[in-house]
Amino acid sequence: MSRILIVAEHDGAKLKPSTAKCVSCARNVPDAEVTILVLAADGAAVATEAAGLEGVKTVLRVDRPENGHALAAVLAPQVAALAAPYTHVFGPSTTFGKDLMPRIAALLDAPQLSDIMAVESATRFRRPTYAGNAIVTVEVDAGVTVVATVRTASFEAAKAGGAAVIEAASTDAALPTHTRFAGVSAASTDRPDLQSAARVVSGGRALGSADSFKLIYSLADKLGAAVGASRAAVDAGYAPSDMQVGQTGKIIAPELYIAIGISGAIQHLTGIKDARTIVAINKDGEAPIFEVADIGLVGDLFSIVPELEKLLSA
Amino acid sequence: MKRILVCTKRVIDFNVRVRVKPDGTGVITDGVKMSLNPFDEIALEEALRIKERGGAEEVVAATIGPADCQQQLRTALAMGADRAVHVVHDAGLEPLAAARVFMKLIEKEQPFLVLLGKQAIDDDNNQTGQMLAALWQRPQATFASRVELTDTTARVTREVDAGLETLEVDLPAVVTTDLRLNEPRYVKLPDIMKAKKKPLESLPFADLGVAATARVRVVRTEPPAQRQKGIMVKDTQELVAALRTRGVL
Repeated sequence: MSRILIVAEHDGAKLKPSTAKCVSCARNVPDAEVTILVLAADGAAVATEAAGLEGVKTVLRVDRPENGHALAAVLAPQVAALAAPYTHVFGPSTTFGKDLMPRIAALLDAPQLSDIMAVESATRFRRPTYAGNAIVTVEVDAGVTVVATVRTASFEAAKAGGAAVIEAASTDAALPTHTRFAGVSAASTDRPDLQSAARVVSGGRALGSADSFKLIYSLADKLGAAVGASRAAVDAGYAPSDMQVGQTGKIIAPELYIAIGISGAIQHLTGIKDARTIVAINKDGEAPIFEVADIGLVGDLFSIVPELEKLLSA
Repeated sequence: MKRILVCTKRVIDFNVRVRVKPDGTGVITDGVKMSLNPFDEIALEEALRIKERGGAEEVVAATIGPADCQQQLRTALAMGADRAVHVVHDAGLEPLAAARVFMKLIEKEQPFLVLLGKQAIDDDNNQTGQMLAALWQRPQATFASRVELTDTTARVTREVDAGLETLEVDLPAVVTTDLRLNEPRYVKLPDIMKAKKKPLESLPFADLGVAATARVRVVRTEPPAQRQKGIMVKDTQELVAALRTRGVL
């Protein structure tokens, strides 16, 4: 049997959808027993939510004031101290998990598999390398703890409907004070979260300015969509970095992805290849984005986007 | 000496279109251009800027790999690193073993800051910096887009999913760099000439006392599944109709 510990990602009040995706990944491991670990200052609400995910047997809750912010240096020793009974330790391949999981792996003297996209057995997994240009199947030696980050775009979120037992846990792990949270600046937005949105509208360099990016926001709002951007658009300052979609930004799998004025560099395509339907709007009919788009429209985005928005309102 | 250690990796150049070998045993590397990992180049640039504004006295660039890696270390020296350390090792190393090697260099060099790219663009693992910080039992600030130093601390802005997070960490610390931290300088010909005279030390891997333990085996390498090219529409009306047909509106 595989005993899988999943480190929950949350904001103190709510569980992030990335955790439910890790649960689905874990359930693809044959004969798996799934435990979610909630490290928080007060994890009551998050633990209850985690316990409601289908397929979860146990939720471990560790409440410590130091866990108020997700600092890898503070969380890792606690996870490592609780990890002994488990064969696998999973976290999401979000910036939270990418930051935390290798620190845990090092404390456990275990190897890490990054971005697992498919499970072939308890020890065999598939993951992307070279910005998604080469997919490798890897086998971990028997008896070695498998620490992994889960590529969230590759798995559906586990549904609600579970009834796991919630257990309080504690560790005597010494926690460092050398790392301190000093603040976060997030563009406050009523739009859906880019990483979990069903619809995403993205803009590229062809927008030409931060001001014309308003076209993208406006269309997104009409569709109830999240807003993304290509690396070129972010580098040019048209959109903030947390909107970047692609291998070095966010990897997403929405139902509908609309790429506007994006040529389709390989690193961008890697970030969207699991989208259900890709729409491309670009003035260059030869742009690589059209090679992967389900629906392509060649033309001037500055006339097409307002027209599209009007049609959608009709 | 106030020293910054920059850990680097030689990788296939980011402009090369990587191809999988037909027999599935890896990717084609014969005759392919190799470069300093771009994220590591950003790490080195940051170290040089810190030194140039008086925040450090020496920048040491290090790498692990076969003899050919000296080319990339020469590039690092041409960019402005004061000296380079090459840990000679012909086979690949898992990130944890690489972190153990860099830990040996930390013990030797006693840096107040270790900078490295957030990931290498070959294996895309994004692990070595975090593992190194764990082994060192020091702070980590990953995915940095801004680094401000005082005598005893670093204030690091990080690119996280939610936006920009700022951490304050005590030094020494490990900082891994993201794309927007800086734009690395171009190397000029006179710098390349000068770099030839800078010290480049070779250390045999076996002398460091680190086990090259491999616990993850690559069984198969394949190209990614290709998406099918879809339909082209003439105008927005056809686009909306096509979206309705597919049931996504």
